[in-house]
Amino acid sequence: MSAQKTERLLNLVICLLSTRAFLAKDQIRRAVPQYAECATDEAFDRMFERDKDELRDMGVPLETGGNDAWFDDEVGYRVDRATYALPEVRFEPDELAVLGLASRVWQQASLAAPASRALLKLKADGIEADGSSLVGIEPRVRTSEPAFEPVYAAVRDRRAIRFPYRTPGTSEPILRHLEPWGIVSRHGRWYVVGHDRDRGATRVFRLSRVAGAVEPIGAAGAVTVPAGVDFREQVAALVPLHPTGEAVLRVRPGACLGLRRRATLTRAAEDGWDELTVPYGDADMLAEEVSGFGPDTVVAGPEDVREAVLRRLRAVLATHARRQEAV
Amino acid sequence: MSPGATERLSRLLAMVPYLVGRQGIPLAEAASEFGITERQLVKDLELLFVCGTPGHLPDDLIEAEWDDGHVYLGNVDAIARPLRLGVDEALALLVGLRALADVPGLHDRDALDRTLAKLETAAGESAEVATQVSVQVGGPVGPLAQVREALAGGRRLHLTYFVPTRDETTERDVDPMRVLMVDGRWYLEGWCRRAEEVRLFRLDRVEAAVVLEVAAEVPPAATLRDLGEGLFRPSPEDTVVTLELDPAAHWVVDYYPVEQVDRLPGDRLLVRLRVADTRWLRSLALRLGGTARIVDPPALAAEVTDRARTALEAYVRS
Repeated sequence: MSAQKTERLLNLVICLLSTRAFLAKDQIRRAVPQYAECATDEAFDRMFERDKDELRDMGVPLETGGNDAWFDDEVGYRVDRATYALPEVRFEPDELAVLGLASRVWQQASLAAPASRALLKLKADGIEADGSSLVGIEPRVRTSEPAFEPVYAAVRDRRAIRFPYRTPGTSEPILRHLEPWGIVSRHGRWYVVGHDRDRGATRVFRLSRVAGAVEPIGAAGAVTVPAGVDFREQVAALVPLHPTGEAVLRVRPGACLGLRRRATLTRAAEDGWDELTVPYGDADMLAEEVSGFGPDTVVAGPEDVREAVLRRLRAVLATHARRQEAV
Repeated sequence: MSPGATERLSRLLAMVPYLVGRQGIPLAEAASEFGITERQLVKDLELLFVCGTPGHLPDDLIEAEWDDGHVYLGNVDAIARPLRLGVDEALALLVGLRALADVPGLHDRDALDRTLAKLETAAGESAEVATQVSVQVGGPVGPLAQVREALAGGRRLHLTYFVPTRDETTERDVDPMRVLMVDGRWYLEGWCRRAEEVRLFRLDRVEAAVVLEVAAEVPPAATLRDLGEGLFRPSPEDTVVTLELDPAAHWVVDYYPVEQVDRLPGDRLLVRLRVADTRWLRSLALRLGGTARIVDPPALAAEVTDRARTALEAYVRS
């Protein structure tokens, strides 16, 4: 079934690339053998319309026009070879090696197929990748958030979206409406930046907190990305890479080596515990880490980190109490 | 109806120019280059073989030969050049290149800059959207410079390495194989001479790295791990743990070697995984802050709730 469709589309592409003149629909119907299976004109029209759309979606530049300026009632079709083909850009072996590394960035992510196809296209000249000082350095990104695909598509197609979003501290997700401008991976997490219609302001959302389906609202191309917005800056402001604050943590002797390694100051407290000063950027992320140490550490301050840890520990108890009720 | 058909057509249109530029390429090599099996490649060649220019007489059809295990293509003038890059294709490579350019301490930017400039030309309009997607590879790099020096010079490294699951620091010699950045963190993958196997080391946990005056000797049998499986490898002696995950904790499935995943009502997942050290899982359960529940073993769940309760009591006192 599918193989036959691929055959039909391939023959159609070859047919339209092989002609300089615009071909009328009838001519195309005769030229592509798979169209013979269409019993009626309507069936053919429907199939041909769909095929045209699919080729355009793939990026095949299908042109419509007439051959005779005087009689333009008959529409014809063709694909201009120069517009179709990848521009002749010659990559050197070390450049192809770099491109290979770039394509592997997506190896475990949703753009893996387009990345490797692009690489094949660029290697078409027959030159093999070779030698780059970068070989051995392999950054990878993952797209494990279920919201990645729809949000990425919305950014690409410049289309507004709505989605339920979970904010820390609130129990129920709230439906948000966003004109997405850009999508950024930072510390291995994806964020989307855009104009929040509900707040009437620029906002950053973590994709991991999207709590349900992402639905397009409005037409593709309707979102205008303002010039000069640095998405990375926006996300950086939300999730600082460098510490912006200091927390004071009391830790059990000999425990929490991971925290001790980062401490800028360690003092012995009277009860035998140690008091660490630990720089941090994101209260939420520090609270997550601290919670993992359980009773081996207690946050003395600041208050928001302390609160975040308490909230997490209580939630652990609440979740595990749920089981006793259920059983 | 079938997204498969256009996906396959995209592959065929990329494949043909590649093969034309490499007449006689072994089937196996071409298949691995396309990321498909030899069987699939033969099916693709069989499909090409029956297509061609209008008329579809024998002279019009694509010539494809692969009988001797080498691929030859002919009569493909119309599609001998690749289709220009689509938006997703251009974006994937451009964003990947910019991520590479972001790697701290790269001295040789020349090849990277040349490649970026050429790709932008080749991509044309498709390059535009790429500025809207960004992968930042920042984050603590630890001794990335020493590790790269050892990798480039084929030398052995001595590491002082912190193991968080045991909460201790270890000393070991490692023959470096590659440097990876996954989920915003840098890792060294190499042959650990102490464990005598391939190990991953998180660079921000390396307390000291010294490039030794000894050539690295990675045994030929040492293989880089397939990251599709996740970063960690399970072993048969591990404890089997069952977790129930709320949507906010679903990422656990992608990060750890989960053996089985079942869907539950309310968009929850029931997952089974193996862990070598239950202390690590105890800590993970606490970190997940109630978005995950240990279903089995019950003793481990009790340990987790005990620790949470004791911790909370300490806050009440302080």
